[in-house]
Amino acid sequence: MRTLRTVPRHIFLILFSLLMIYPVIWWIGASLKKTSEMASSALWPETPMWENYTKGWAFSSEYSFTTFYANTLMMEFWNVLGGVFTAALVAYGFARLNFKFRGFWFAILLMTLMLPTQVTIVPQYILYNNFGFVDSYVPLVLPHFFGGGAFFVFLLVQFIRGIPKDLDEAAKIDGASVYGIFFRIILPLIKPALVTVGIFTFIWAWDDFFAQVLYLSSMSKFTVGLALRSFIDQFEVQWGQLLAMSLLSVLPSAIIFFLAQKHFVEGITTTGLKG
Amino acid sequence: MASTTSLELEKPSMWKKKKKNNYSTNLAGYVFISPWLVGFLLLTLWPIGQSLYLSFTDYPLLTDPVWVGADNYKKIFTDDPLFMKSLGVTFSFVFFAVPLRLFFSLMVAMILIKATRGMNLYRTAIYFPSLIGASVAVAALWRNIFGLDGYVNEVLSWFGIIGKGWVSNPDTALGTLVLLNTWQFGSAMVIFLAGLKQIPAELYESSSVDGASKFRQFFTITLPMLSPVMFFNLILSVIGSFQMFTAAYIITNKGGPINSTYMYAVFLYEKAFKHYQMGYASALAWILLAIVAIVTALNFFASKYWVYYENDGGADK
Repeated sequence: MRTLRTVPRHIFLILFSLLMIYPVIWWIGASLKKTSEMASSALWPETPMWENYTKGWAFSSEYSFTTFYANTLMMEFWNVLGGVFTAALVAYGFARLNFKFRGFWFAILLMTLMLPTQVTIVPQYILYNNFGFVDSYVPLVLPHFFGGGAFFVFLLVQFIRGIPKDLDEAAKIDGASVYGIFFRIILPLIKPALVTVGIFTFIWAWDDFFAQVLYLSSMSKFTVGLALRSFIDQFEVQWGQLLAMSLLSVLPSAIIFFLAQKHFVEGITTTGLKG
Repeated sequence: MASTTSLELEKPSMWKKKKKNNYSTNLAGYVFISPWLVGFLLLTLWPIGQSLYLSFTDYPLLTDPVWVGADNYKKIFTDDPLFMKSLGVTFSFVFFAVPLRLFFSLMVAMILIKATRGMNLYRTAIYFPSLIGASVAVAALWRNIFGLDGYVNEVLSWFGIIGKGWVSNPDTALGTLVLLNTWQFGSAMVIFLAGLKQIPAELYESSSVDGASKFRQFFTITLPMLSPVMFFNLILSVIGSFQMFTAAYIITNKGGPINSTYMYAVFLYEKAFKHYQMGYASALAWILLAIVAIVTALNFFASKYWVYYENDGGADK
């Protein structure tokens, strides 16, 4: 009885999933096609052009995608490290400690969530330019060490507020300082939320094309995204190679998502995001 | 109180429980928030002030800024067709993209909230497009699928419809960007899912006993209970859409064809970092800030009439 009733739901979900994922499936096939086959409706090419991957990876005589991945992953390492740790610090301060003007600063923090990045981008650029940081990774990494972004602080504050205060009190009676409570009690308890923050940081920084195109100009420093962009700039776009390399560029985010999928949705759900 | 902002998610009483502020707790508080505070002062507050100042100057980056009064603003409003064009494009994008995205994400969240076998698989398939984000990769994909020889036209030709270059046609280019934005509704959906999970099941049970239909339940229980989350999503989607950049920069090649996708962020970017008119670009940024602030304020104002807060009384449990 029960299973029969769910059949229409399953049919709908299967169709809908296919619709959503179809461009991606087409993408996999197209990454193996010749340029002349690109428009054909066949999902799979007659003869897979694996050299789309090898030639695409080789990129130019000077630099290959090995360089670009190394650059991007190094940036991601610092971004995630800085973002997760400092967001946790700041969130703990807002969620658990009483200090003067806390409400005021928290309101400011929430307001920055709504601030268009364009308003600060020109002076920031000038600032980095004055310090000689343009065409380096400093402007891409440094902001993550300042609390990792208002959204993440907000997410973690919600999460920490969900932790019973008794735990803090008990630790306090045992003589722990606020710093001790943070490192021994709070930090281990908010791991699922920290995983969510880490994943989001990784994916968003990977996709943050605006900052990358703004601050990086020499090819030796290119991220994967910038290298893909220069594919399009070529006179005759090598679609096969471009799609092949694009597909590869999605893999890191996809792998991380699959590995941590459980955390991903639950990390948000348990934060009690609600009015 | 709660109606001031849905983003203050905690009841205010929590904040004022302990009133004694002494030196060491003050210090500890500021130590913990210092990373954010330093970043805010250095990379947000100072640049905001600086950009306000620069918006009244002529500043080609290589020489010092020269004060020109309100000239930049005057020129923007009276003598810059690209400003009006990009503003129009951006507003139509926001107007179509935000409701579509919210509608789809809510509908799909409603379906995904019910536990079904294989749910993880569906969820992954549906979330996957959002995972790849507004990256260069997906822009390349989109350009190809909606190109003249692209996949979409191939499918249309089965039905005898002769397609066109969707991306290269000024009438449809913006539509493909709206579609992309809708396809990637995942982050809004996840937030809806989180909100749906928090609606107490008793509400549905008791109304079922009273004989309410599923349809009726959606409008009398789900929507009101979900309205704060809807509001949160709305605010963030609107602000995000106003700043849409990557897709317009890459898919339609810097706002083409014939500027039909010339989003405001692309306009501002080109003024600042292609023509190096930093003063002019700063003025554009401040106008954007004003627009976003007004739209957000209107949303907050309107929210009084449709956002329902549980702790405002009513069905307090």
